[in-house]
Amino acid sequence: MSNFFKASIGRKVLVGLSGLFLFSFILVHLTVNLFLLAGQESYNIATHFMTTNPVIQTIEPILAVGFILHIAYSVWLTFLNQKTRPQKFLKVDQSKSSTWASRNMFVLGGLIFVFLIIHISNFWYKLNFTEIGYIEHGGEMMKDAYTMVASSFAIWWYVVIYVAGAVLLGFHLNHGFQSAFQTIGLSNEIWRKRWTVIGNFLSIVIAAGFSIIALYFLIKHLIS
Amino acid sequence: MNLTLKIWRQKNANSKGAFVTYNLEGASQEMSFLEMLDYLNSTLIGKGEEPIAFEHDCREGICGSCSLYINGRAHGQDSKSATCELRMSRYKDGDTIVIEPWRSKAFPVIKDLIVDRSAFEKILEAGGFISANTGAAPEANSIPVPREHADKSFDAASCIGCGACVSACKNASAQLFIASKVSQLALLPQGRVEAKLRARNMIAKADELGFGSCTNTGACEIECPKGISLAHIARLNREFLKATL
Amino acid sequence: MNKLNTKIPDGPLAEKWTIHKNRIRLVNAANKTKLDIIVVGTGLAGASAASSLAELGYNVKAFCFQDSPRRAHSVAAQGGINAAKNYKNDGDSIDRLFYDIMKGGDFRAREAFVRRSAEVSNFVIDQLTAAGVPFAREYSGYLDNRSFGGVQVSRTFYAKGATGQQCLLGAYSGLIRQMSLGKVTLYSRRDMLDVVLIDGKARGIITRNLVSGEIERHSAHAVVLATGGYGTIYYLSTLAVGSNASAAWAAYKKGAFFSNPSFVQIHPTSLPQLNDYQAKLTLMSESLRNDGRIWVPKKKGDKRHPNEIPEEERDYYLERMYPAYGNLAPRDISSRAAKERCDAGYGVGKTGLSVYLDFKDSIAKKGKKVIESKYGNLFELYEKITGDNPYVEPMRIYPAGHYTMGGLWVDYNLMTSIDGLYSIGESNFSDHGANRLGAGSLMQCACDGYFVLPVTIGDYLADDIKTGKIPTDHAAFEEAEKNVNDKLTRLISVNGKQTVTSFHKRLGKIMWDYCGMVRNEEGLKKGLKLLEELKEEFWKDVKVPGTMDELNQELEKAVKVADFFELGRLMCQDALNRKESCGAHFREESQTPNGEAQRIDKEYSYISTWEFTGEEKDHKLHKEPLEFECVKPKERTY
Repeated sequence: MSNFFKASIGRKVLVGLSGLFLFSFILVHLTVNLFLLAGQESYNIATHFMTTNPVIQTIEPILAVGFILHIAYSVWLTFLNQKTRPQKFLKVDQSKSSTWASRNMFVLGGLIFVFLIIHISNFWYKLNFTEIGYIEHGGEMMKDAYTMVASSFAIWWYVVIYVAGAVLLGFHLNHGFQSAFQTIGLSNEIWRKRWTVIGNFLSIVIAAGFSIIALYFLIKHLIS
Repeated sequence: MNLTLKIWRQKNANSKGAFVTYNLEGASQEMSFLEMLDYLNSTLIGKGEEPIAFEHDCREGICGSCSLYINGRAHGQDSKSATCELRMSRYKDGDTIVIEPWRSKAFPVIKDLIVDRSAFEKILEAGGFISANTGAAPEANSIPVPREHADKSFDAASCIGCGACVSACKNASAQLFIASKVSQLALLPQGRVEAKLRARNMIAKADELGFGSCTNTGACEIECPKGISLAHIARLNREFLKATL
Repeated sequence: MNKLNTKIPDGPLAEKWTIHKNRIRLVNAANKTKLDIIVVGTGLAGASAASSLAELGYNVKAFCFQDSPRRAHSVAAQGGINAAKNYKNDGDSIDRLFYDIMKGGDFRAREAFVRRSAEVSNFVIDQLTAAGVPFAREYSGYLDNRSFGGVQVSRTFYAKGATGQQCLLGAYSGLIRQMSLGKVTLYSRRDMLDVVLIDGKARGIITRNLVSGEIERHSAHAVVLATGGYGTIYYLSTLAVGSNASAAWAAYKKGAFFSNPSFVQIHPTSLPQLNDYQAKLTLMSESLRNDGRIWVPKKKGDKRHPNEIPEEERDYYLERMYPAYGNLAPRDISSRAAKERCDAGYGVGKTGLSVYLDFKDSIAKKGKKVIESKYGNLFELYEKITGDNPYVEPMRIYPAGHYTMGGLWVDYNLMTSIDGLYSIGESNFSDHGANRLGAGSLMQCACDGYFVLPVTIGDYLADDIKTGKIPTDHAAFEEAEKNVNDKLTRLISVNGKQTVTSFHKRLGKIMWDYCGMVRNEEGLKKGLKLLEELKEEFWKDVKVPGTMDELNQELEKAVKVADFFELGRLMCQDALNRKESCGAHFREESQTPNGEAQRIDKEYSYISTWEFTGEEKDHKLHKEPLEFECVKPKERTY
């Protein structure tokens, strides 16, 4: 076991596994967000469920650990990888041999991290730690997250940041998804193609899904 | 045809190198890339300058001696081929070609375009073999190997140890090189006995020698002269997990 | 003649090796650790020998000029490796393999040696398989075989078109293992420049560190040369550019005898020379001749595109001249026929020095798919190099220097005529007579390295268990080092105008023209004269830039070319002496009325073994008569 943590592959596996875990979180996240399109009541009930359900509440710290592991190990690996080529090549042309996203996972991850901070402070922090309006749905009082979100998405530059974040995330997942399966060894010639197709599909769904919701609110705001 | 060649010159391992630009006249499209360098060297010797040191031997893509990072790509612009297989017909009159040695911490430059690749040997020493003494072998057909496994094992074993994977990799990772050996032997019943130790020790050695880790960009597979598949890295990862967990 | 005692034991041929093994002296395990062995060259023979010796307990120092043993030229062998397993149940046996090698060698090899290799070949397959060599398999999971090189049985084991690479890497992995255990010390990037003799025994070598330029002394109780062949003497050959004769030549000049130096196999299916800058010729696997038809136009100097030449104006000369074997005629016959057609003015291509190898009929008959599955990678390689697509127009091929049957003389223990100096693999002359059977080269290398030398070397080393370390400050080391230094200094100080390569090209042309596929007295004499002149010019006008104390590739080449001049002279002299045609050696004076090689058993049934008698002096010939107990030399008919 100690060999696992000492070796580069062990570290990679942690990045991959935590990445897949975060990926599953993002799918849940998107599903909840899609309630926004269904209307105020649905979304607020969904949000209420997510913030009060004991199972979700216990998963939340695990999620935080997932983020920390993913980020910490990525930073560490990248730092080590930076030292492997002290003298750089004068001319590098990797356009034919690899995808742009695969070469820029750290940059993408870093930008997503910046976005994450903005996003957390603007949504999760507000929702949990500031006073926002309450509303009654089905006889129960709950926070009116819907209105909070709608007001954020009414700001054009916030939507721009949000859509950018979603697209960056899409690129990150596009490589990250099949890469994670490769790293944990669940891949071969055939499955690599399958993971790539599935990854492409899901990353587009995720990037488009988050973006469409934000744009929907912005357009709704502009029209009204 | 006439070419502008920007070539890395470095007197020895301890000296600082620099690019030198050569204008080569009279090269022909019928030459191979290495013959073009031979020709350049003959003109340099004629002018009383020192010829460029570069490695080559079989010149048919199997010995793995040749290297060279040409215009930003390991073994030049053709995928899945070695520098010695590159033809000048891929270039045209007036082209500028940048020629660099492999660059990574684990492959220090010895002179001009020659690097020291003995780090590969050290990785293999950590377990890239089956411990079968001469004379101890059983009758060959007593170990049947499913044809599919034998074929895959061959594909992995076709590695020529040139180091293109390390150069093509943005992290200078030797993962494809290690995977080719681990996978070749893991696929054969003969090699299963030591499979665990092999994966674990070879990875540990590569880490120690200053190779990077794999981020699955896949560049190595494209630039590998033998086109060794990334699937072998997945198998290496499996073997590693089996060995350590 | 005491030096030429072959040490072949008495007894029936089939039992000689067993008898010998039982009789020779051994060194016990504890004493082996007190003995050092130098192995020069790390190809299939050198690597397998070094690892097997280290497993036994000897301390091995392995040397190669490449940066890694894995690059030795065994790596380039394509076709396969023979063994008499009879897995196909097609009537193969050790005796049949033995006979095929003898016949392939045109009855100019020693029976006992060939019989031993045939016998040991089966263990080689076991050993390589155990080492993880991924030989081709059938769907049953058992090993597959193919037929190769004009024999009637399928006994060739193969790993696609890279059998040599896979066998070498198998042996290399054994070497790597012994390195990891500290039993083998690898000295890579070293050129061996001399062998050191103390009291008549080989006790070490002088090497040049190719990176630092340092001249180094290495001592041992025995020295093994596994330094390969010398086909690069032709400049253009199928060999790796770095292959050379310098180690063997140094041994020869120190007293090791050299046998049959002029026996060189010319491979019929190489790509023709495309331009003057070419550094080597690329081999196309001989298997192509199974489906390709060889032809030239019937009209001299026909410059039409091959596809425009109608069927009736094509001369399928191999089918015409050798109806029984047609396009599959043996290597030497088909090589010579190509040369004959080209010399007569029927050759094709810009230079007129190539013939067509046409797959049109096979593609029409079997379909492109079948041809592609068999030769796809070769066709691709061809198109990459020439720019022509062999699916739509015929390939152009021409013979090229390939394998040297000649080499250092060895006895049954594989020891040269210098005590304690051994020679294995292609560097010795032992098994292939006047011509080598296809897929026989890997076989001999592995037999020598894995199973013969590790046993026989004990017979000599048994006397050395009390010797102790060999000091490198002995006067003999001193002197050898000085000689090496002088030679290198001399080469650099010529400081002339012409490059080493330009000399090598001219040397190669002389050798190819006068001591190549076809030889005659007049040509050989002319060749000798031209060689002498060129050698003189070389030592007056060669330009070796740089210094001795650095990585200097021109200096490395210069040493090799300087030795080739001397070896070339010996080759011509040997060819001149042998006025018969045999195997790959074709003397125009000795042919049948219809132009076939004519062996003269009465006069030339011997091994020509040469002794160095001093610079500029004629080499001295020793004739070792060949005695045949089991085979009856007969005419080859194809």
